[in-house]
Amino acid sequence: MKRLLFLLALLAAPLHADSGLPPAALANTQLRDPAQEAKAQALMVTLRCLVCQGQSIADSDADMAGDMRALVRQRIAAGESPDSVRRWLIDRYGDYVTYDPPFNGTTAALWLAPLGMIAIGAWLARGSFKRRRG
Amino acid sequence: MKRMLLWLPFAGFVLLFVVVVSGLFAPADRTVKSAMVGKSLPTFALPAILPGKPGLASAAFQQGKPRLLNVFASWCIPCVAEAPQLMRLKSMGVPIDAIAIRDTGPAIQGFLRRNGDPYASIGDDKISAVQLSLGSSGVPETFVIDGHGKIVKQHIGDIREENIPEILEALQGAQ
Repeated sequence: MKRLLFLLALLAAPLHADSGLPPAALANTQLRDPAQEAKAQALMVTLRCLVCQGQSIADSDADMAGDMRALVRQRIAAGESPDSVRRWLIDRYGDYVTYDPPFNGTTAALWLAPLGMIAIGAWLARGSFKRRRG
Repeated sequence: MKRMLLWLPFAGFVLLFVVVVSGLFAPADRTVKSAMVGKSLPTFALPAILPGKPGLASAAFQQGKPRLLNVFASWCIPCVAEAPQLMRLKSMGVPIDAIAIRDTGPAIQGFLRRNGDPYASIGDDKISAVQLSLGSSGVPETFVIDGHGKIVKQHIGDIREENIPEILEALQGAQ
């Protein structure tokens, strides 16, 4: 029975969740101008792939990540600044789309916690050094 | 005071434990909602994907009556599951327009032949450009647009039987 199931599994055709269409023009092609490509690349590694949420769009093979790379490159090539492209995406998807979250009410804990930890650490260290000297 | 401080690490551990355990029982919601709900539909004009079926431009949503905007694809399995519900909405007189993501004419034709055709028009979005401008992060998704082109509601995933009332309610509210 197990062997039969295994054989059947071998025969089964995979279900594709992606389209069969070729990637968008600028999805996997670098921009001609190396300076612009560097800017686009730096932005792409900080943007979240929305389908494969642990990856950046620069890392992902998903169709949608390809289309997002094409969008970023197109806008950078048209002379738009990386910040404005990021803002455009945040306006549509919220802060979740960027791996470089802005400082606001929700993210305050995220940005301030490390500072708090360092302060606590310094306080602890001060206490223990004092004791040793005395 | 010192006695109390001794318990501090344990209290920290208990706090962490509670956070982790509560996360186990109530996993975080990872759906990416569009930030465009409540805003105007971005301006776009998509060509037709099928002969005899018009393409879709944002101007179509300025006619004074609310409409549904369905983002779908022939290669998307939940879209098949959703099709009967869209047909039901159509039979109730709800106008539905569609954006086909990364698709071809023949594939769409086959999809509509198998699953029914609830669409007044279908725009061809080969590189997901309009989908991205809508803040949509997958297929299928359905937007309720009021008569002046404002996005009133976003439904993420396939529309099931139990979702029909909320969609009708949103359409009614957008009148």
